[in-house]
Amino acid sequence: MVPLSAYVAVSAVLFVTGLIGVLIRRNFIIVLMAIEIMLNAANVNLVAFSHYLESMTGQIVALFVIAIAAGEAAVGLAIIIVVFRGKISTNVDEINLLKW
Amino acid sequence: MTLPLGDLVAIIPELIVATVACLVLVLDPITPPSRTHWLAWLSVASLVACFGITVSRMDATVTAFSDLMILDPYAGYWKLLLYVVTALTILLSLAYLRVERIHLGEYYGLILLSLAGMMIMVSAADLLVIYLGTELMSLSLYVLAGFKRFEVRSLEASAKYFVLGSFSSGILLYGISLLFGVAGSTRLSAIAAAVGTHGLDDPALLFAMILLVVGFGFKIAVVPFHMWTPDVYEGSPTSVTAFMAVASKAASFAAFLRVFLEGLGGLREKWYALFLVICVATLILGNVVAIVQTNIKRMLAYSSIAHAGYALIGVVVAGQAAADNETRALGLSSVMLYLAMYAFMTFGAFAVVALLRKGGLEGEEIEDFTGLAKRQPLAALLMLVFMVSLAGIPPTAGFIGKLYVFMAAVNAGLTWLAVVAVLLTAVSAYYYLRVVMVMYMREPDPSAGLVSRLTTSPALTLVLASAFAGVILLGLFPDPLVSITTSAVLPFK
Amino acid sequence: MVPVFFSYFSLVSILAGVLTVALPNPVHCGLALLTLLLHVAGLFLLLNAEFLFVIQIIVYAGAIVVLYLFVLMLLNLKTDERVLHHRYAVILVAAAAICGGLLLMALRSPFQGAKGHAPVEAVLQDGGSYAIGITIFNEYLLQFEIVGVFLLGAIIGAIVLAKTPTAVDVEPE
Repeated sequence: MVPLSAYVAVSAVLFVTGLIGVLIRRNFIIVLMAIEIMLNAANVNLVAFSHYLESMTGQIVALFVIAIAAGEAAVGLAIIIVVFRGKISTNVDEINLLKW
Repeated sequence: MTLPLGDLVAIIPELIVATVACLVLVLDPITPPSRTHWLAWLSVASLVACFGITVSRMDATVTAFSDLMILDPYAGYWKLLLYVVTALTILLSLAYLRVERIHLGEYYGLILLSLAGMMIMVSAADLLVIYLGTELMSLSLYVLAGFKRFEVRSLEASAKYFVLGSFSSGILLYGISLLFGVAGSTRLSAIAAAVGTHGLDDPALLFAMILLVVGFGFKIAVVPFHMWTPDVYEGSPTSVTAFMAVASKAASFAAFLRVFLEGLGGLREKWYALFLVICVATLILGNVVAIVQTNIKRMLAYSSIAHAGYALIGVVVAGQAAADNETRALGLSSVMLYLAMYAFMTFGAFAVVALLRKGGLEGEEIEDFTGLAKRQPLAALLMLVFMVSLAGIPPTAGFIGKLYVFMAAVNAGLTWLAVVAVLLTAVSAYYYLRVVMVMYMREPDPSAGLVSRLTTSPALTLVLASAFAGVILLGLFPDPLVSITTSAVLPFK
Repeated sequence: MVPVFFSYFSLVSILAGVLTVALPNPVHCGLALLTLLLHVAGLFLLLNAEFLFVIQIIVYAGAIVVLYLFVLMLLNLKTDERVLHHRYAVILVAAAAICGGLLLMALRSPFQGAKGHAPVEAVLQDGGSYAIGITIFNEYLLQFEIVGVFLLGAIIGAIVLAKTPTAVDVEPE
């Protein structure tokens, strides 16, 4: 039997991986991918809790998160395409991003 | 499974807004381009209807969908504020979008969808519902920020807002997932119960709390999560900037206060200190950095950061562990009051910026305002009133808002915080009054040749008149609003 | 057997996650993300979440990642010259600290939330999809509707942004 804390630990590592990815990468699309990793980390947590707490809630929240991720990906990629069409770049620094 | 009719009746305003949003999106392709403004008026009409319904239900506390949504006076108050701001945004957009040549029907549909998300946020009593509402609000705003699709700056704003917005939602979601593990439910009531039983030793609770602070911190733009604000406010179409600066901030504050006071109220000792630090940092950074801005939209962005700091003073008071419930209720009502005052003056300032864009000049650099009093006396007068109010000088709404927040702080024994805030208000007077000085003390530059006459429309006049009336009337007669906010605070246990 | 599968799925998903944020070529990152999603789906299977396992593969791995790869190839991105943010060292140290804190929390926190009404045996009797369906259309109807409105907004928003921009001239009122 795998203990719950093992799942939470995997999820924590994934979450921090995504966090690092958002902060250090410059490519817009890879930043979005890193955000997907963060959402997946939350999903692992939710499903693990759902299993160990014997409740459906976690699974359903995870399902909604997948739907939200799909919607966000659609809009995010639409933004990238328009920005790119304006001959800028997908490099986040060049669109003044992460400049603070 | 039966359709929960009583629950649907309870959320009629949300249903109206969402349905009219869909209706606008459907009607848009079959509306001739010269008639797009009909869609705007349809949206405003639906908001008026919602306003009436919410007012009629102000006193009752109803829960719907087995306590997922709670329709109490607190939610009602924020909803009324959001309706007013949204209606003003739509009316402002009527004139502004035409000048920017981006007058599309989808705009109104997205504004209404965003409003639907905000309404869900303010009356949700469940973290999942709050998360979904936040996402609905933000997603529409990402698109609206990039609405000037042929302008690089607007697309950049949209891209930046999107990345930081979804990043912060990811953090928020991770916090929610940890809270689910601790409480076994996403209901705020269940979380409050879990906080009560597990106490303060559970490290997961603390981590979840910090993640929620970060997630909401991005949405309400407080230091150190403010870095997206100036670029996004500058690049977005001005009407959208006004909507973001006022409505999305108010809705995020409302949800944030409910989560922290109702759900995580038991962790007060922990988050109180955190908010105190954030509050002081926000006040200092917002006010100091605003001084060096040359673009008026960037300056207003930093000003909105600073104002979030003033509102946070009330949050700090509401979270004070030692204070009694009456003192804390005063803190909460001062936040509600402050954000209403802030809504009118900030919206008015952005409306004047949008109005000048109409006059043919860019109107976004502070230098563009040189000698405005000679060229456009009325616009200059309005800007004067809004700037004076933002600086917190009587007899305007800004003064009353600050007065109540500072009184709440002093009342709770945080006199030093009130003193710091007053000193920073004096700093803020410098950059607000600089705009006034540029408008009134300098001669217009004849070589610029930017004299073109302002063409006003009835809608724009209505917007400016409402914002002006709001700032002046709330400044002179604040008592009705004060009594509403006092009766609409969340119950403290 | 379960611990073996757990170790495999979790180690590969962490490795794939690291590769997603570390590889220089965006297309390789996309493929690493795909690996991550498939192995997270494996974790879902170990947790008796068969429905989510399928959804993860069909929607996440199948639709979302394909969309990413499609955009990457459409834009024909070359490898970035400067891959990392200039302050990455600071960020890495901070992130390592957060990671340590989170791990410590994961091991120390009891996570004893209130138990629900869906023990594994009861769910397996009718199947996970049945249980999810019943719950979603009873207790989670409101959230389901909100997600519906959200997806509508996403579709409209994506279309509005991606339409060829043309200035709209309108007659004055």
